[in-house]
Amino acid sequence: MAHSEHAATAHEEHDDHDHKPKGLWRWVSTTNHKDIGTLYLIFSCTMFFVAGSFAMLIRAELFKPGLQFLDPALFNTFTTMHGLVMIFGAIMPGFVGLANWMIPMQVGAPDMALPRMNNFSFWILPFAFTLLIGSIFVPGGGMAGGWTLYPPLSIQTGDALPMAIFSIHLMGASSIMGAINIIVTIMNMRAPGMSLLRMPLFVWTWLITAFLLIAVMPVLAGAVTMLLTDHFFGTSFFNAAGGGDPVMFQHIFWFFGHPEVYIMILPGFGIVSEIIPTFSRKPLFGYDAMVYATASIAFLSFIVWAHHMFTVGLPLASELFFMLSTMLIAIPTGVKVFNWSATLYRGSISYDPPMLWALAFLFLFSIGGFSGLMLAIAPADFQYQDTYFVVAHFHYVLVSGALFSIMGAVYYWLPKWTGHMYNMKLAKWHFWLSAIFFNVLFFPQHFLGLAGMPRRIPDYATQFADWNMVSSLGGFAFGASQLLFPYIIWQCVRGGEKATDRVWEGARGLEWELPSPAPYHTWAEAPAMATLDHGAPVHETHG
Amino acid sequence: MIKRNGHWLMVALTGLVAAVARVPVAHAAWTLNLTPGVDAVSRDIYGLHMLMFWWCVGIAVVVFGFIIYSLVRFRHSKGAVADTQLLHNTRVEIVWTLLPALILVSMAVPAARVLVEAEDTSGSQLEIRVTGYQWRWVYQYVGTNVTLISSLDRDSDQARQLDSGIDPFSVPNYLLNVDHPLVVPAGVKVRVLITGGDVIHSWWLPAFGIKKDAIPGYINEAWFAVDPDKLGTYRGQCAELCGRDHGFMPIVVQVVSQQDFQQWLKAQEAAMPPGSAPLTPEVGQPPLPTYAPPSPTTAPSPTT
Repeated sequence: MAHSEHAATAHEEHDDHDHKPKGLWRWVSTTNHKDIGTLYLIFSCTMFFVAGSFAMLIRAELFKPGLQFLDPALFNTFTTMHGLVMIFGAIMPGFVGLANWMIPMQVGAPDMALPRMNNFSFWILPFAFTLLIGSIFVPGGGMAGGWTLYPPLSIQTGDALPMAIFSIHLMGASSIMGAINIIVTIMNMRAPGMSLLRMPLFVWTWLITAFLLIAVMPVLAGAVTMLLTDHFFGTSFFNAAGGGDPVMFQHIFWFFGHPEVYIMILPGFGIVSEIIPTFSRKPLFGYDAMVYATASIAFLSFIVWAHHMFTVGLPLASELFFMLSTMLIAIPTGVKVFNWSATLYRGSISYDPPMLWALAFLFLFSIGGFSGLMLAIAPADFQYQDTYFVVAHFHYVLVSGALFSIMGAVYYWLPKWTGHMYNMKLAKWHFWLSAIFFNVLFFPQHFLGLAGMPRRIPDYATQFADWNMVSSLGGFAFGASQLLFPYIIWQCVRGGEKATDRVWEGARGLEWELPSPAPYHTWAEAPAMATLDHGAPVHETHG
Repeated sequence: MIKRNGHWLMVALTGLVAAVARVPVAHAAWTLNLTPGVDAVSRDIYGLHMLMFWWCVGIAVVVFGFIIYSLVRFRHSKGAVADTQLLHNTRVEIVWTLLPALILVSMAVPAARVLVEAEDTSGSQLEIRVTGYQWRWVYQYVGTNVTLISSLDRDSDQARQLDSGIDPFSVPNYLLNVDHPLVVPAGVKVRVLITGGDVIHSWWLPAFGIKKDAIPGYINEAWFAVDPDKLGTYRGQCAELCGRDHGFMPIVVQVVSQQDFQQWLKAQEAAMPPGSAPLTPEVGQPPLPTYAPPSPTTAPSPTT
């Protein structure tokens, strides 16, 4: 304890010497992990609203049968851009922002290992997304073949195709750099005594995620490069008439795409594994099992890709293999859910906003897991594939999974970042409105899919009218509720009740040993291990 | 008292439903579940779907029940004190790893059985080649010269234009009707050979439990054998995004008796333009039909 007080004093001294440039240049040239984390989070939030407004236009068109606002081609552009921008612009940078802020603070490192590359990997993104979103306005219209970019359809795109592909290359480069930085930081810059199995779960899940990113982003880059050469340079990778194979694209794409969906959920698992113990005032149940389950899920993600392709006419043996391997995922995922539940058991639970998001995650992500298990059953998938049942499934996993965990993380660590508590009442309103309208928005989509409504259609038969109207109303309310989020953050940045260093009574981990707000430079001197108490089995005595 | 409240709730709910739907309640479109379909495979799929559904419900009741119990029972505000020594329990952890594995096996066995059944296209008595184009379906009866070009019907097509001013509710089978439906006999194992002429489409008929992608360069197979007593019209849609009018290329199949089918097929053959070559059964030999000429066929009479 004496040691950590000493460390804190050292930081304050260092603060006086912190010579960051003022104004805009600070943000352009920064190599500070906290600044870059903030940039990522602001960017993510902006893209969340951009992609969200695409979703609002989609739901407006689907409010009732008939075409009221959007030409079908434009509708397809909005579904495509909604997917691409949410995945690559909102969710992934959101997690990277949290990683930038929290990983050095959680492992006791002074910064990320490669700070200049960190700056570069962020500043690529605004250009990548200007290019991608700008592609909507070029001759021939924006990308309209879905975020999966299946050829031959995607090859029919006009000038938007090379723009979107180059922007995907940029995003890939950014992600790979970010992932390298995270791996190097975690592997080399942990405080002495923090063995791998004493790392916080958020750090663990990000370490595994970063390996997934490095493994699959080049695969995506390869796939889209082949689209580019098919379109412009006369190759026939995916052109059947030239001896190519359109299905090969799907195999390559989903070899990237399935690990990609875990890239979007594993850090969320980490966040929930931080929040639930804090507000249960009890260490995480089964820490080791959680780590191994995460690693198993990551491994399995590489051998299940063709479950996205049960209807393409795979051989029977392939269908059986991918059905069985996909079902296996239920085991480690179940272990995680059971461990979180057991963490709650005999805890002392309080219901602050981060906990509410984590609990919504627990329930709603599980529902997404159930529909995922149903989708794994290949013959049943023949009926579900490419319907609104799938749309409902992946929104349960990605909205109430990935997005809710990011929301929870922001509400969890915001006082540490700003030094102020936020408006708890408003934050609870934000939570309850989101949780309720999320279900009004997406639950009926299960019914629509089962009743036979395909996804990615701008207009539908009249028997789908009722649930679509409910879903749209839920969508508008969900969208409007999100406006509270930047407002609450803005309020909290501007001022508010002073946050304590620990912020939450049950919070454990190195970041809570630092002052609130966390100084510009933290852990210039490695922390003492006595503070490492995040639920990992304690093998060593207090140093 | 409770009963009266319940009654009031029902009235309110019904009113709300009617108000939101803007259509008579008799419209009965608040469909919740999958169709069991009209052939053996689709019913088996429905059975699997319900099996999975009830397993999920059962697991959810147990897991969510445990979570909710913990959330209520161990509230900090009620003075709960955390048991910080509860870190793991090897026995429990083994159980909750192995038990799901056993449950999965109990799901996988029937699933594999249905999968094998669904993929067994052998022994068919009639073959139909289905080709997806942007944005219509072409059906060819193998061994005959009969070709149908099946496009969205005129009424739906007019109503679906941007700001057409036509109320979709006034169009029968809006977006689910075509000019020339596929006609098939009941009680016969029909093999469908599915391919794509330009981009990837997907031929989906929920009532038959079939969804197969129509991919250029590939010929995919599926089969169905509609129950002899399930004559009627069944509707589906393209299920793979195929461009601007992906939402406007429905699939309509008319199931008729074997006798009616033979008559209809003869009439069609006679009505085809002279010199049109029969499609031979050898897969891959006939050239892909090229879309462009208007449909030479006559619509099957709706009474068949």
